Amino acid sequence: MYNTQYSIRKPPPPILDFVVKRMGQQSRLLSESTVTMTKYEAVIGLEIHIQLNTESKIFCSCKADSWGDPPNTNICPVCTGQPGVLPVPNQAVIEKGALLAAAMNSRIRPESYFDRKNYFYPDLPKGYQITQYDLAIGQGGYLDLPLEDGGARRITIEKMHIEEDAGKTIHKPGRRLLDFNRCGVPLVEMVTGPDLRSAAEAAAFIRYLRKLARWIGVSDADMEKGKMRFDANVSIRKEGSSVLNPKTEIKNMNSIEHGREAIQTEIQRQIREVEAGGTIESWTLDWNEDTKTLSKMRSKETEADYRYFKEPDLLAVKLDQAQIQEIHASLPELPQAREERFISEYGITSKEAGLLNSDRALSDYFESLLEVYGGAPKTAANWVINDLLGLLNDLDLALDELYLTPERLAEIIKMVEAGTINTSTGRELVRIAEEKKKEPPAIVEEEGLAQLTDNSAIEALCQEVIQSSPDQVAQYRSGKQGVIGWLIGQVMSRSSGKADPQAVREILQRLLDQP
Amino acid sequence: MSTCDLPAYQIAELIRAKQVSALEVLEDTLKRVKQVDGRPGEVDAPAAETVEDRAAVHAFTLVTEDYARQQARQIDSQIQAGEDPGPLAGVPYTAKDIFTVRGIRSTAGSKILSNYISPYSATVVERMQEAGAVLVGKVNLDEFTYGSSSESSAYKPVPRNPWDTSRVTGGSSGGSAAAVAAGEGAISLGTDTGGSIRHPASFCGTVGLKPTYGRVSRYGLIAFGSSLDCPGPLARSVTDAALTLQAIAGQDPRDATSATVPVPDYLAEMAKDIRGLRIGLSEEFFRVTYFDSESMELVENPIDDQIRDAVLSAAGFLAQLGADIVTDVPLPHTKYGVPTYFVISRVEASSNLLRYDGVKYGYRTSAPFADLRELYRKTRGEAFGVEPKLRMLMGVYLSAAQFDKGYYQRALKARALIRQDFEAIFDPQGDYRLDALLTPTAPTTAFPIGSVYGDSVLMQYSDQLTVTTNHAGIPGLTFPVGFDREGLPIGAQVLGPDYSEGRLLSVARAYELATENEDWRSRRPPILADNGS
Repeated sequence: MYNTQYSIRKPPPPILDFVVKRMGQQSRLLSESTVTMTKYEAVIGLEIHIQLNTESKIFCSCKADSWGDPPNTNICPVCTGQPGVLPVPNQAVIEKGALLAAAMNSRIRPESYFDRKNYFYPDLPKGYQITQYDLAIGQGGYLDLPLEDGGARRITIEKMHIEEDAGKTIHKPGRRLLDFNRCGVPLVEMVTGPDLRSAAEAAAFIRYLRKLARWIGVSDADMEKGKMRFDANVSIRKEGSSVLNPKTEIKNMNSIEHGREAIQTEIQRQIREVEAGGTIESWTLDWNEDTKTLSKMRSKETEADYRYFKEPDLLAVKLDQAQIQEIHASLPELPQAREERFISEYGITSKEAGLLNSDRALSDYFESLLEVYGGAPKTAANWVINDLLGLLNDLDLALDELYLTPERLAEIIKMVEAGTINTSTGRELVRIAEEKKKEPPAIVEEEGLAQLTDNSAIEALCQEVIQSSPDQVAQYRSGKQGVIGWLIGQVMSRSSGKADPQAVREILQRLLDQP
Repeated sequence: MSTCDLPAYQIAELIRAKQVSALEVLEDTLKRVKQVDGRPGEVDAPAAETVEDRAAVHAFTLVTEDYARQQARQIDSQIQAGEDPGPLAGVPYTAKDIFTVRGIRSTAGSKILSNYISPYSATVVERMQEAGAVLVGKVNLDEFTYGSSSESSAYKPVPRNPWDTSRVTGGSSGGSAAAVAAGEGAISLGTDTGGSIRHPASFCGTVGLKPTYGRVSRYGLIAFGSSLDCPGPLARSVTDAALTLQAIAGQDPRDATSATVPVPDYLAEMAKDIRGLRIGLSEEFFRVTYFDSESMELVENPIDDQIRDAVLSAAGFLAQLGADIVTDVPLPHTKYGVPTYFVISRVEASSNLLRYDGVKYGYRTSAPFADLRELYRKTRGEAFGVEPKLRMLMGVYLSAAQFDKGYYQRALKARALIRQDFEAIFDPQGDYRLDALLTPTAPTTAFPIGSVYGDSVLMQYSDQLTVTTNHAGIPGLTFPVGFDREGLPIGAQVLGPDYSEGRLLSVARAYELATENEDWRSRRPPILADNGS
């Protein structure tokens, strides 16, 4: 929903030379001081490509992931389209594609087909892309996207198919360089219905999809490495209307944030255009992230004819009922469901549940921890969120690289709860155990970190502090009882943090209150 | 008699028994090539103009002399070392220039691949090598196999029929058939998309086998109609065809459409008795049916009586050997074979030719170009011959989105009906319960060079009797059954259900044995007599 802040001002001139400046600040200022006339809503559909994380390419045995490799080093006669070669499907691609389809509530077709999409481009070595057209692996599907207001919007999936990637063209002055490493890298292409209603929703959808792809282990979905890419189809209409107006397609959005900005910019552009009496034409737009502008790539008046037909070099992809059931059975609990379960089962907040489920490995870690620890879920959640995440971040570690397994963390928490060590020691221990790669109890023993529970020893320390701090003692006794905190700190410091702060407080109070 | 006129199985036997070396056999063959083949085909070379040109076979696009000698020496050293180089030990063979051979120019008879050196070998080429066969060279064909006379090759002069060098070899495996007939290699590997093995084999009086689709790997076969293409052998005897099929058949992990069905022992299958086999004859195969381009009426023309008589006489031999001949077998959709083929093969061909763009390999225009489109246009305009251009235009037109249902989808339906025709007659519980169908291979014998070329529709009708086999994916085997009054070979083919190659070989072999002493069987191509060999 967008207010048309321009309606009572002089409309901007129709955009002739098509360069759209980012609206940003200006629009917010205007909207506060203007009267709303027509309300518009954005209608957005996304086309997303997700690179599957298989070892080898989709139709040959070349390595699939060429990130960081020199150009044209992971290629063979098949993926470079030499005369006479044939594609052989990689079963892992079929399985991962089907798993993603299942995760998107898409029906897995027992029999799907590959088709040829014919077009000329130098980085498409065969002159056709092997993709799936009318009978793709997934049929339909949807995702209920949680909205800020606590509701959800159902985003339908119109297409869900497996295909091969093309190569990369690198433009140099007067030259084009071709890198065929990417030819034949397996992709899933997903096309949503025109169901998203704002740039923020589009960004949220992509973010969720990225998480989902990683969650079920089918893709790294790393946008920086091109392992997830998306284009957006954007149109606007009067709020309440159900027509679909001509749309523009935005390409070259290399991150979720850039995508959000580009879509937002285009929505504003279309509103201005329509308000100025102009019409929206079906352009393909290119987002320039440096200048924050969209520029026209080409008019899209007629749909290219790709002359699709069934790929005769490949047989139908068949998945029997048992295989389809197996795929569904292998689908892990998905992030949304798990978040909801965490809230209801563990009594943690939705924010905590969200944090714990930002990543499947973290979520699994939390549940393993809970199992071995056996205490309050809230406590376990706090340790993971407050201590473990920081540790991972500081040491730049992945969960599966951690020495501090759920069992070891549970030991630390239990030692704290048993009073063997105090909380701050426990928190330090998290880091020390990881850095030294040593069992936490061994560290406690070797470094003498156990809490001083011997009250006579604590009392001796307290006596020392009282004697060496006559001023503070006087202040306390004159009624400034807050100074006790300083005195506690002194005792803790002399105990190297091993004293139980509660015991220190009690003993100090007793000693000070004695005349 | 030179070793190059011996059948492959005898050559292999002699070499394995150390009675002759692989190198000697190869040198005999190379000598024969020099005697009869004339200048090899070359791009942008003049067509046959001189008397010498017109009297030569011109089967080759490339004689791989050094490569072959190296292979032959290796076979000989294996023999010396007491190793078995395989069932085709030292047998010289040629490969249609549609198969890739690692390190060897692989052109498809087209200028656009005239400088293409393949980085890999076709599966069938590898398997021939594993069986001990020696590759003598690449042989000519219609450009990208598009034709039935081998006249459309960019490599000139085009092949000429060893039985009458004023006539075509048939096609598209014309170089293969001519080479085998003229003793330039005992065997040749060809491909059959609409009849391209069987048609030239019948024109040149050789055996030619199109296996079941999927029986032999297509990996390394430069594609024409991917759902129709089949590699297979051409040879001078049924036994050699069986030996070759044995070597090249079987599943290939590099071809997803290759069959996992076990490969039988074809020599054993071939030796089986044909008594009691039910062999059909169908009137649909004794006429050419086409839609007149003016009136759109269905026109029926009976094939030449001489061909009809030769095939019926072959049926008579088979009956004498104990086969049951079943007449009036209906195959009502045969007449749709060519129109259906026109659509399917051209749609697939137009897509298969997209990769030849002058960017990655092959010919690139030497003219200046302003942009990518111009590079494509000039490269493809200069380097594709008229047949590929016609087929691309037709294929692009037929597969355009607005005709989607009108042509391609309908053609697929017609193809299914053709398949059903065959399923019905071969159904063991059906009305006909046939083991095989016997038909003429081609509606004519070899026609004069230049007489049909240029009329691509008429040329296509040369395939009417072979093309339905490809639609159905079933195997077909052609073998010589005599000569017409002009001394040109006549071929008959046996067709059978999926994976019945062994049975088809047994029928042809039984006929071959039964006619061993017929006069016509001792004829040799005049070109061999002319050359005094």
